[in-house]
Amino acid sequence: MFNRRHFLQGSALMGLSSMLPAALLPAWARSASDGNTGLPRETATEFNLSVGRFPVRIDGRAGEAVGVNGTLPAPLIRFREGDEITLNVTNTLDVDTSIHWHGLLVPFQMDGVPGVTFPGIRPGETFTYKYAVPQSGTYWYHSHSGLQEQEGHYGPIIIDPHHHDPVAYDREYVLVLSDWSFESPYRIFAKLKKMSDAYNYQQRTVGDFLKDAQARGLGAAWNERAMWGQMRMSPRDIADVTGATYHYLINGHSTADNWNGVFKKGERVRLRIINASAMTIFNVRLPGLPMTIVAADGLNVQPLEVDEFQMGVAETYDVIIEPKDEHAYAFVAESIDRSGQAVATFGPQPGMRAEAPALRAVPTLTMKDMGMDHGSMDMSEMDHSEMDHATMGHDMSGMEMSGHEGHDMSGHEMGDMAMDHSAHGMAEDAGWPVEKKTIKRGPGVANVAMMPMSRLDEPGIGLEDVGHRVMRYSQLRSLTRNPDLRPPGREMEIHLTSNMERYMWSFDGVKFSEVTEPIIFHEGERLRVTLINNTMMPHPIHLHGMFFELVNGGGDHKPRKHTVIVKPGEKLSFDVSADHVGDWAFHCHLLYHMHAGMMQVVSVLPSTDKTPMDHEHMDHEMMGHDMPMEHEMPMDHDMMDHSAMGHDKHGEMK
Amino acid sequence: MQRTLLSAFAALAFAAGASAQTHDHHSTSPEEKPWSQADAYFDPAEMDAARAHVQAHSGGSPFAMVRFDRLEAQSSDGETTGVWDADAWYGGDINKIWLKTEGEYSFEENDLEEAEVQLLWSRAISRYFDLQTGVRYDFEPKGQAHAVLGVQGLAPYWFEVDGAAFLSESGDLTASFEAEYELLLTNRLILQPRLEVNFSAQDIPERELGSGLTDLQAGLRLRYEIRREFAPYIGVEYQSAFGGTADRIEASGGDADDTRFVIGVRTWY
Repeated sequence: MFNRRHFLQGSALMGLSSMLPAALLPAWARSASDGNTGLPRETATEFNLSVGRFPVRIDGRAGEAVGVNGTLPAPLIRFREGDEITLNVTNTLDVDTSIHWHGLLVPFQMDGVPGVTFPGIRPGETFTYKYAVPQSGTYWYHSHSGLQEQEGHYGPIIIDPHHHDPVAYDREYVLVLSDWSFESPYRIFAKLKKMSDAYNYQQRTVGDFLKDAQARGLGAAWNERAMWGQMRMSPRDIADVTGATYHYLINGHSTADNWNGVFKKGERVRLRIINASAMTIFNVRLPGLPMTIVAADGLNVQPLEVDEFQMGVAETYDVIIEPKDEHAYAFVAESIDRSGQAVATFGPQPGMRAEAPALRAVPTLTMKDMGMDHGSMDMSEMDHSEMDHATMGHDMSGMEMSGHEGHDMSGHEMGDMAMDHSAHGMAEDAGWPVEKKTIKRGPGVANVAMMPMSRLDEPGIGLEDVGHRVMRYSQLRSLTRNPDLRPPGREMEIHLTSNMERYMWSFDGVKFSEVTEPIIFHEGERLRVTLINNTMMPHPIHLHGMFFELVNGGGDHKPRKHTVIVKPGEKLSFDVSADHVGDWAFHCHLLYHMHAGMMQVVSVLPSTDKTPMDHEHMDHEMMGHDMPMEHEMPMDHDMMDHSAMGHDKHGEMK
Repeated sequence: MQRTLLSAFAALAFAAGASAQTHDHHSTSPEEKPWSQADAYFDPAEMDAARAHVQAHSGGSPFAMVRFDRLEAQSSDGETTGVWDADAWYGGDINKIWLKTEGEYSFEENDLEEAEVQLLWSRAISRYFDLQTGVRYDFEPKGQAHAVLGVQGLAPYWFEVDGAAFLSESGDLTASFEAEYELLLTNRLILQPRLEVNFSAQDIPERELGSGLTDLQAGLRLRYEIRREFAPYIGVEYQSAFGGTADRIEASGGDADDTRFVIGVRTWY
């Protein structure tokens, strides 16, 4: 059996830590020069996973990891959609562990979050997970206990479609991006609590000020510094944990280790990219080679050709590359704050090494990232053209929008637009009740965004002016039609809140340690969740147990995701069908933010009344624009195929 | 007096510990469980423990820090003085216990000239400020206890400030105010201006203090952060006494003004 053979091989080699790194890696994570010329499509239904402590070599240096079956990253779990699989997880640590199957629609008691869905796996204990999931695609798994994820406890999952895969490809690789530190994650967290900028060596200096003053005038440079100083915030507060301690890895390989893959000219190569970092949002690109995004968070999307994309922690993207030239291409995963990167190579021959591009200039945040209206302060020194991109996230029917055109809504998609304007007090026009919250500043809440706006049509921090095509969330379209086209019956706002100085992170100003009641969803209901980021950082927000439709102007083909980056000062919405009863974790996937309290539980309570909502009285006029084709769709819950979750096989990609 | 200090410490530790624990404690009665659907599949008692654990470890953990903001030798007219200015804290995001200590040691006379310790309960009262209250004990030049009420935090434009009023056991009221700023020449080479001013509400002859502004220290330190936790520095400090305080110092043959060169290390864990 595939899994057993490879796992035994892994453990047999464990003792020989002085060997090449490849010996410590599972086959899928090895380079072409170590025999990996593409993944075999071998699936299994039973997996034995042993969580333990083991030696690793990272970036040429010996360390100790916590992980699965003695390898970093952990073994690839590959199975077929719909198969019932069994995963026996044995804990050989002296502390509790767990495995969460990220993005998989498992019964909640199999979701693997200690204290939320199960008690955790005790030392010496074997916990058996059993489930069948109605989905295919690229996912991953990781510990949800303590900070084990930072120590190496993560691995990839591929679920092969039961029938036909709409994505055609000749060869495939998994690329697991991660961040490794030789410091204990508990020490990292403690340092952040004592000095939140302990890892930030990219603050603006006196020299930067002088350069700015030369370029923009002394007054402008001074005012801009004064504004940030007055707020006690840093425009270089982009990543909490940086290349100062991190070694960025691709399949466990640093840039020096040069993970390499092969292709034949003209082949379609599928890269299943997983951001398994603890804290690092990556910018992903292959200089000179476009990528066609074909799946996001496991689910197929309409092919979108880009040159780069920003990838939140815990997101997965499948891309197709079609190298036309027989030379080595660099695959670059650059940390969002440009403090480091990991570079791999794709070439026609195994073992080639592409030239690593230089790190690009460190980005600097603007007042927009603070959720400020540009009229609310003296912004004379700010770049107004940048502020005018309040494009509201409405990429109408795939049209390219930029600058002032973004304001021309032409009355389309009112359902979406009503949301983006709710900050102006238009929420009553949304057509459904909106539960708003008033957030007060205090020790845990340093900033309340005065004018949060949609930033779905922006590429992400630092990628505004890179001179090539960068994916924006507003461009993503599900390949298949969304399975549930009901408008939301209600909407709730959730604020992302923080005080960077005190390194406090929370939802609605309440740390998880202080939560007394969960967020309630009712089984069968369709609701809209609006996230408002009052912090200066982008947060990859993850909802367990269900996919949500990102309200990005995609009509009935909105992208369905399990994790979404909410940019600083951004307000975005997703619609979700509360189909899966249970208690589900909901949190920022930046590990130390979660650990500091940026977490909640969504309780989907079983419905006693199968038709809890009164659809007759809903304002269809307001909502109809969002679903032009489906206006007449019956709203009968029983008619919806809850198990299929939108995986029809009709879409075809070329 | 030392006994008073110790019992005050015990009381503070108890108070801070109790307040830290309030967030960790979770009732196990079913109607008060924040969520409990997994209790249908697993032992409810185990779930209770796991729930309490995950919540306590998601924002409720206490931390501790020890820091020598200044650990330096000051040199003036061939005389060398050792100076320390250190603090430590333990606690959660809102409530902490702080220990602060400052003092001077004369290498010429092999004598501890000044030494004080403060033990404070600190509570975050706003985004950037903590209210601190507790006791201070001066070991040198004269054993004396004070009650302390102060505010410490980060003022606009990144000034780290610490102001406190002290009421001594003899009923004398004094106050001090400190401010520090960090000017990043590079991300590791940092110039730190520092100002400390002291006030007295009354003449206190036995402490050589006149009423009003008593003295001021203005320092400029250039440090290099080899690591964030370890930064050697050099600098200069100007000290001046005023009014009745200056008169007393001069009357006893001292200088009311002094400029010192400093070399030291800033370190924390």
